[in-house]
Amino acid sequence: MAALAGPALSRPEAPMPSWTVHAAQRRAAMALTAPATLLLVALLLGPAMLVLVLSFTNASLGLGGMTFVGLGNYARMLTDPGFATSLRNTALYVAIVVPASIGLGLAAAILIERVSVFGSFYRAAYFLPVAATLVALSTAWEAILHPSFGLANMALGLVGIGPIRFLSDPATALYTLAGIGIWQLVGFNMILFLAGLSSIPEELYEAAAIDGADRGLKRFLLVTWPMLAPVTLFATVMTIIRGFSVFETVVVLTEGGPMRSTTVILYTFYEEGFRYFRAGYASAIAVSFFLFVTTLSLLQMRLAEPRRTRNGGAAS
Amino acid sequence: MMVRPQSRAAAVATHGVLMLGAAIMLLPFLWMVLASLTPQSEIFSGALLPHPSLAGAVENYGTAMTRIPLLRFMVNGVVVCLAIVLLQIAIAIPCGYALAKLSFPGRAWLMAAVLLGLLVPVQIPTIPVYIALAKAGLLDSYGALVLPWIISVFAIFLFRQFFVTFPDEILDAARLDGFSEFSIAWRIILPTAWPAIAAFSIFSVVAHWNDLYWPLVVVTDPDLMTPALGIAYFRQLGEGAGQVGALMAGGVVVTAPMVVLFLAMQKHFVRGLVIGRH
Repeated sequence: MAALAGPALSRPEAPMPSWTVHAAQRRAAMALTAPATLLLVALLLGPAMLVLVLSFTNASLGLGGMTFVGLGNYARMLTDPGFATSLRNTALYVAIVVPASIGLGLAAAILIERVSVFGSFYRAAYFLPVAATLVALSTAWEAILHPSFGLANMALGLVGIGPIRFLSDPATALYTLAGIGIWQLVGFNMILFLAGLSSIPEELYEAAAIDGADRGLKRFLLVTWPMLAPVTLFATVMTIIRGFSVFETVVVLTEGGPMRSTTVILYTFYEEGFRYFRAGYASAIAVSFFLFVTTLSLLQMRLAEPRRTRNGGAAS
Repeated sequence: MMVRPQSRAAAVATHGVLMLGAAIMLLPFLWMVLASLTPQSEIFSGALLPHPSLAGAVENYGTAMTRIPLLRFMVNGVVVCLAIVLLQIAIAIPCGYALAKLSFPGRAWLMAAVLLGLLVPVQIPTIPVYIALAKAGLLDSYGALVLPWIISVFAIFLFRQFFVTFPDEILDAARLDGFSEFSIAWRIILPTAWPAIAAFSIFSVVAHWNDLYWPLVVVTDPDLMTPALGIAYFRQLGEGAGQVGALMAGGVVVTAPMVVLFLAMQKHFVRGLVIGRH
């Protein structure tokens, strides 16, 4: 955060002809920033603080009174088997979706960079799921994955694999949602990697060729992969956050079932907060969610900073 | 730049892999469109892909229009997304300009607050905001759908970064010519900001058009549902009632604007979605 704030704080003051102009500019600045400042406090930072306070209470939406319960909600979270299941499901979902969508996104980007025709078609096709309305496309996937009449099971039947109840079998439901998650995120990572690939200077490949790494895996490991490190890090953090925030497919397709096999952290938060109206407990879940995402974002900034300067030095 | 002469076989293999991938990416889109045009009784008839017909199209789109207020969902989506993005921009641009180019007490604090806000996932503040809206009797209203989103720290940050590089000499010259800071913000800075405005607008419109979470929390009246919530609602209504064709027709109608927007403005679109954090 400090690194981002740096330029703002160290920028030299604009030349001020006289103190009257200076005062007028101050007044103007206050007026220009007042609406944003007010709304920032009223709609974002204030409520976020309130969530922290609520997480130490037994507040319930619709009921008047509340009492402080200290760390009670957090203790409950640690012992609640429902929350443990939800956390485990989320972790498994992230563990599948992140490496798969990053690996496939990178593979797609590398292959697309090599083709001389249809490049823009591939780019558009892979990116389309990022832009589309996931709720609608989820219902299309549901029909394709239908246990008895779906296209997927018809295709599997042709090669002798018996019908899979993708979304209604507790053993496969979470993996099916993860598959839809990968489908949706590959294009996002592909775009990031395409940008990263186009910024690798050609001289590095020439230098690698002189060292004998002129093609294939050698060239990839010596030049491409290390040069993509900042992009890979950014893509990883973004994909982890998105994976951790999985919600739509769960609400629309499984409602956390069958047998709680697809409850995930945001779905549990939504259920506790807005279905059972346990504001206190839901707030504690929200705080944990915030801590997790923030730790990741800060980690990303910490890791990205020195690397960027190192690469800048190497490129010049 | 790194295109090297490939053997014919390698090129064919590359296209083969990419085409297979593209087919999987596009499959649900293709299936949704085909099923929306196929009579309900023939969708699951054992053919790999549904066979469209005019009668099927009339049946499915007709059912979708009459079973649910589909056009109302679309109008709601347009009203809500436009209101949100216009207010976000109107509030963020002056603030971004002041943070980039003016010195005033509390600037460092405001900047720190914006950066702090960037770290807060959008779902976090929703419990207190929901309580406030409920107390104000605003649940099930456009206000509930729009108000919580009119402040975007992401927009403020983006515009601030964009304005920082604007030459100070031009601003000083404008001040000497008697321009107020307001007219500088709106008449000199704003016209230069179109690339940032375009990228942010697309990010914002796509995010709110597709959002299910917040409308699900504050809206129960079908007449106020946004496109994504409307489709989720339709799916629940039709569950077990064999309305897949009509459901797909609804899906095509709500997804089409995003796909058209994407194909028409690919560059801005990709930029907008990649810079966006949520």
